[in-house]
Amino acid sequence: MKYVYELHKTMIANNLILVYEGEFTQDITKSILAMAERNMDAIGELGGVKRKVFSVMVECLQNIVKHSEELNEKDEDGLKNNAIFMLGKQINEYIVTSGNPIRNAAIPSVQAKIERVNSLDKDGLKDLYKEIIKNTEISDKGGAGLGFVDMARKSGEKLGYSFEPINDEYSFFALKIIVPRSE
Amino acid sequence: MEIINLEGTEETPKVILDKDNGIFEISGRSLPEDVRTFYQQVLDWLDKYAAAPNPETKFTFKLEYFNTASSKVILDVLTKLEGISGAKVIWYHHDDDEDMEEAGKEFQDIVDGLPFEFKTY
Repeated sequence: MKYVYELHKTMIANNLILVYEGEFTQDITKSILAMAERNMDAIGELGGVKRKVFSVMVECLQNIVKHSEELNEKDEDGLKNNAIFMLGKQINEYIVTSGNPIRNAAIPSVQAKIERVNSLDKDGLKDLYKEIIKNTEISDKGGAGLGFVDMARKSGEKLGYSFEPINDEYSFFALKIIVPRSE
Repeated sequence: MEIINLEGTEETPKVILDKDNGIFEISGRSLPEDVRTFYQQVLDWLDKYAAAPNPETKFTFKLEYFNTASSKVILDVLTKLEGISGAKVIWYHHDDDEDMEEAGKEFQDIVDGLPFEFKTY
């Protein structure tokens, strides 16, 4: 049972106030959002910071829900659509992190989207947002293709990401978004 | 004309579309997983309304949060309103919510044929 204490210590050492691992659905998204919101209300977090964290969390969680559906067929590794979501709170910032399996074939397009967003400044992101919203259609998965742009705009910092190989077909996509605790 | 009156939930906005009483409002939170299904009823209603609109249509948006998928369908709603003569948007934002104010201004830039009025609450 030592792992319970170890996990507890890890969470405290990393200032993690919320960790969820498992299957992601819209209902679970709502529960995670409600917990984070209650936590931020309890410490009297600034309204503007709270709304930014909430927005970034929504985009991050709904990305996982939408894109995990295509991995629904459970493979022998028990991969399925399990993912992880974490919210950390430091003195000066909130850190939203997520990790989920994605098909290796999807890596180049995801990477290109994030790199494009990371290459732009505030005005560049605003222009990209307008360009996408004017030309996009809601996909079959229900997305508008605006998630990364919006996360970067709410954050004001570069999106952090990595792809860790799992096997020939899948990698683990980790995403980190920082939200400063000042308005 | 039929009235649409939907209570808001933690993931869908309150919607009132009432031609006879001149009330047109979308407010609260909009982050449904399937935005198309939710907003289709609003777009369909506006199509019918556009055939015989009131002389004046003051459409209130008073949103607390919306996800990016909702922002696309909100643009669809605004584009329909642009085609209705006498339509005007009243865009509310919380007095410390600059992001919501900016979102309204960006919609205003994109749908430039539709007048916007900005108010705080």
